[in-house]
Order: sequence, then C-alpha cells, then structure tokens
Amino acid sequence: MTTDAARTGTERVLVALSGGVDSAVAAALLVDAGHDVTGVHLRLADTDPQVLGQGCCGLDDAQDARRTAQVLGIPFHVWDLRDVFRREVREPFAADYAAGATPNPCVTCNERVKVGAVLRRATALGHDALATGHHARIEVGDDGRSVLRRAADRAKDQSYVLHVHGPDELARLRTPVGDLTKAEVRDLAAERGLRVATKPDSHDICFIPDGDTAGHLADELPAAPGEVVDLDGTVLGEHEGVWRFTVGQRRGLGLQHHEPRFVVDLDPDEQRVVVGPRAALATRWIEVGPVVWQAEAAQVAGQAVHVQVRAHGRPRRGRITPTGDGTARVEVDEPFHGVAVGQRCVVYDDRDDVVLAGGRITAAERPLLPTV
Amino acid sequence: MLAVLHGAGGGNPSAGHEPGRQARGVVEDARERIAAALDRSPHEVVLTSGGTEADQLAVVGTVRAAVEEGRGRHVVCSTVEHPAVRDAVGWLADEGVAEVTWVGPDGLAPIDPGAVTAALRTETVLVAVTGADGEVGVLQRSHELADVCRARGVALHSDVVQRVATVAPPATGSLAVSGHKLGTPVGIGAAVLPRDVAVAPVVPGPGQERGLRSGTQPTALSLALATALELAVAEREEHAARCRDLTGLLAAALDDLDGVRPTIAAEAPHRLASHLHLQLDGVDGEALATALDQAGVAAATGTACATGSAAASPALAAYGVDADAVLRCSVGRETTAEEVEVAADRITDVVSTLRARGGGFL
Repeated sequence: MTTDAARTGTERVLVALSGGVDSAVAAALLVDAGHDVTGVHLRLADTDPQVLGQGCCGLDDAQDARRTAQVLGIPFHVWDLRDVFRREVREPFAADYAAGATPNPCVTCNERVKVGAVLRRATALGHDALATGHHARIEVGDDGRSVLRRAADRAKDQSYVLHVHGPDELARLRTPVGDLTKAEVRDLAAERGLRVATKPDSHDICFIPDGDTAGHLADELPAAPGEVVDLDGTVLGEHEGVWRFTVGQRRGLGLQHHEPRFVVDLDPDEQRVVVGPRAALATRWIEVGPVVWQAEAAQVAGQAVHVQVRAHGRPRRGRITPTGDGTARVEVDEPFHGVAVGQRCVVYDDRDDVVLAGGRITAAERPLLPTV
Repeated sequence: MLAVLHGAGGGNPSAGHEPGRQARGVVEDARERIAAALDRSPHEVVLTSGGTEADQLAVVGTVRAAVEEGRGRHVVCSTVEHPAVRDAVGWLADEGVAEVTWVGPDGLAPIDPGAVTAALRTETVLVAVTGADGEVGVLQRSHELADVCRARGVALHSDVVQRVATVAPPATGSLAVSGHKLGTPVGIGAAVLPRDVAVAPVVPGPGQERGLRSGTQPTALSLALATALELAVAEREEHAARCRDLTGLLAAALDDLDGVRPTIAAEAPHRLASHLHLQLDGVDGEALATALDQAGVAAATGTACATGSAAASPALAAYGVDADAVLRCSVGRETTAEEVEVAADRITDVVSTLRARGGGFL
C-alpha cells in the first residue's frame, strides 16, 4: 500500500485549513512533500467574534488559518459556505431531531460540504486533490482502489466520520496526519513555529459551541408538547418536544421512578417519548441505508466484521448482509445500548482497521417495545 | 519624506520642545497642502488613520453633536455607502441615537438628488451619500447634493476615497479621503470637517487634532498624504482620461467572451473612470476569485470584509445587480495597457476553463 506521506510529487492540492493544528500540519506535510499547495478556510456559520472556543467557525479560527498559510508560504482563500452549510447541515440537523432521529452533523458536513461541495469546486479549479486534517489513513491498495483505514492514533481516529466517501472520492482526498499521533502533530507544529501548536482540540458541534443542543434546537424548532410514557403506555410526565431527546438518554427526563429510566423510543407523530429500563435498549440488529460500500459487498457479506455506531464508541463483532436497494442489515454478537435512528453505523474489517461499509441507521432492535 | 523619517519628524508634534515644534511644522505644512489640494481651509482638515476613521468621525461625530445640541436626530443615508459609513449610520440607528431614512438608486444610476430632497425633514441633521462607490463604480451627483444640502442647511458627508483621484469632490460638506488609494503607505487619511458644523469626538482622548481626533499625529505619513493628494489633483484630468482608456480597453478585450458584461457601460458618464465592474454568467464568484488569484490576476469580487471573504454586498443589492459572479477591476497610476491586455487574456482563459469544469459552484 502507498501512504499519503509517500505520495510525493507535484500534485495540486487544496488543503482545508480549519484554524486547528491538524489541518495546519497536514498542509505543512504536503508542502514538505513538494506539492503545489493552496489553503482555504471554510466559513460555515455566523459566530459572535467575542465568544471564545468555537470549533472551526470563529473569527480566531479564520485568523489562525490565515496565519498558518502565511508561515507555510502558501496562497490562502476564505470561502463563504454559510448558505450551503445552513441548507445541507443545519436545517437537516434540526429536521432530523424533529423527526425523532439523532443526526451526526459532522458526517453530513463531510458528505455535503467539506468533501462534497469543496472537492467539487477544487476539481473545477484544477486541483488534483483535497486535503484535510482528519485523523484517518487513506491508502491505495494493490488493485488501485483507495482504502480508508483507522488513524495511527486510535484515540483520535476519525475514519468513522469519513465513511460516507466511496473509493472515487477517497482517491482525491488526502489526510496526511493520519499516520501521526496527536502528540507528533503538535510537535511538528511547534517545530515550524505555528501558533496553533498548543491550541486546544475542538469537541463540540461547531455551530453549537456551548454544547447545548436542546437550547439551539429551541431557537430553530417550534415547541411540540407531548407525553412521556412507560413501555406499557403509562403516562409518567410531559415534555416540550421529542427533539429535546435522543434514544439512550437518561438525564434530564424529570421523572421520579424507582429504577433508572432511559429514552427507548421517540414517536414524532404522536409526540411521544417512550422510556424504559436499560434492557429495553439492548440492540443486536440494525438496519442501515443508504450504504456506502468501500469493499465489494459480495465479499464482505456474512464475514466477521467489527461494527461501530458512534464516533468514539467501542466496536462490536458482527456481520453485515446486503438487503437490496442499497440497504443492509447488521448483526452484532454483543448488544449495543442506545442505538438511535440517524446515527451512523460503520463496519470495519476483521482486524477492526479498514472501513468496509457504512451508512445511516434506519431501524434498530428494541426488544421490549410493544409497538414494534 | 525620508528626511522627515530620519530627522525632523522624530519629535512628538504636540510637544513644546524644539524637536516637537519641528515635527509639528511638518504636520501643519502637510495640513495646508492637503487643504489647498481639496480647495478647503486648513482648519477643516483633521488627520486620521484612514478613510474609515474619517467616515466615523464625520458621521458619528456630526450626528452626536447635533443630538447633544437638540437640533434633531434624523439622518438620510444612501444604500450604496461603503461599510464604514453604512455601518456607522446603522449603528447610530440601532443604538437609538438616530432615525434613518435610507435612499437608494433607481437601478444602475446615480441617486436622484430629488429623492434625497424628498427624504429631508426639518429635523434632518446629516445626509450621507458617497462621492462614488468603489464596488460598482457609480459616480454620484455630489455637487448637486451639496447644493441641495446647503440650501436646506443640512450637513452633507461625502466619502470621496474612490472619487478624488479622478473627479473633484464637492466644494462644501464634510469629506473622507484615504492616502493609500493615492499611493501612500497604508495608515493615513483625513476628514474634512467644515467649521460651521459642530462635531463631537468619537474616541475619548487628548484630542490632538482639533480636539476631535486623539493620538499622536504621524508626521511622515501626513507629509505623504499631502504629496500624494497634490499630485493626484494636479494630474487628475490626465489620470482620469488614462483610466478611462485602460478600463475601456479591458471592456473591449472582454467583449468577445460570452456572458460577460460591464455593469456600467464603459462609455457611461457616471462610471468611475478607474473602475470596471463586470457581471459574469456560468461561474461561481468565489471560485472565480480563487482561480484568478491562481492565474496571477489580483481582482476583487466585492469589498474586503474582516475575514477576507467576499460577502454578499448590500450595495450590489441596492443597484439590483444579480449575476452568478461579479468582478471588480480597477486600474491605478502604475497600470499599463500591456498589463490590461494580459489581464483580459487571463480572465478569458480562467472563465472559459472554469465554465468547462462546471463553474465551481457549490
């Protein structure tokens, strides 16, 4: 296999500089490798310049991105993607919650904005590839097909959020820091005098910098009051909207109950939040669609794989079976608890390293739910 | 200017000792020359850090003084102002200091002085209409507006940053000029503030400039502004004719490219000679700006905002411009016909290539 670092030469690469340390070092590595590198900062959301710590959308981030480009001596542009981001990420995010689902906006952003739209424009501008600071490895197999692997730094691995990109897109995507640990990335940044070397990692959803998802949604969605019911239909309380909840949630239910209660199901049609014991969340099968296949579906079907349903969740052993129309059914040996519709299910190989397939979760087993 | 940097300008112009007096002498010499170039009194010239600060002082300072004196709080402002004026007026409105009537153009033409007249009230304290916007490059009817305002006893502010190199500013009312548009280093400008209109300071401080603008005067930069302005005025007509030729050449060279048209016809009398604003179909504006930069053409798609991106422009909306992409081409004293031809060739190549690849739309 060929790694990013070894892809020396003179590719014209557009690097998306978020203003963080990972994309800065990604750009530095590409410059070192002799590529023709241009930096671009993507303005995704309107943020208050006076509020600190805003993931990848703040004014400080734009300044840090620009400074990175200056220090590396590469051209730099700011692209205003606020309209696209609102249309493709923020509005579907709110709509998903209103429909009782739990979206992953970072995956949607990669799919539709960062890699989708930006890669399209980069290609139109004559760039051979788009580079990002994602911690994941994209390699070219012996058959010429691009393969997505987990990062060298497993704790920082972001292969999960890149699963939506099939081999054709992966072939034009570069993730140079995937071979490095986070500590190595920071050391390289410091060696080059990049001021982002010690910048804290971003964690929250970039357009919800304070982490208050329900508070953010309250500004976007109308209140839709309804009942909180137990598995047998007993009304336990009331709520202001199913979008305030996510399957698997335990806190903030406001219930007085003799044993812990979790959100088990959300019914947006009846505006009903169903709660139950942890056992009601045990999920051994998941339906996924549409599925992006990184490997040939026929070769993967029924084989031993690893299954991951959250960005940093622990994978389970299992199997994936294509079910037609671009969908698949995934079964796991040891149950997940709290799998929500809208989350992403990513399937790795038997060594839990190479991404084989992935997609949006459309249904999951709810063992004690009477209505299913 | 080198002599000033090395010696005479070393003192603080506000200090009472000999080096300070020498420096002050340079500043006052510059002030007289700036005033003469603008055909105004030296007492009206307040040195600032640039055009934006000059606009702030004229707009915010004039309105605040009027409000403090109880003369009124109504402002008439055009919708095609530079953000330095538009946002200052918007801020006064948001803060409840002023009440604003916005007056826009009727299509791609200068604002009708009659529309400004119609917006005036007895309590109107300021009219702000740019001398020419730097985006589309529409020359406003500033002299007529000055007559209207003088007759009605209302203060007029004209931002002439983009205008002064090719067209004379109005003889009355306040003005804002910027040095770097005329070739000085960035960091110097001037507000011309008539003595018969009260102005309040905007930023508190010792008020070295007429009690209105605080901060030590930049001796060498003041001299630079005086020299640049003198030169600009002395060669204005010749420079304007040259600019008109060069932008006309650019328009003609791009004439064969389909889906590209000047927003203001090259021969239109209300076009700012130094500017050619183009509308383009079939390409995305941001992608075009990136591609042109990659091709070595420094053109802008809009006014540069804080983050460096080309944001949607209120002025373009006011003129009713709606195209896939816009391009703001400007020429200066150093621009040659050969450079214009090279730029036209590269724009043609870049637009054709980008269109062939889908236009770079998101």
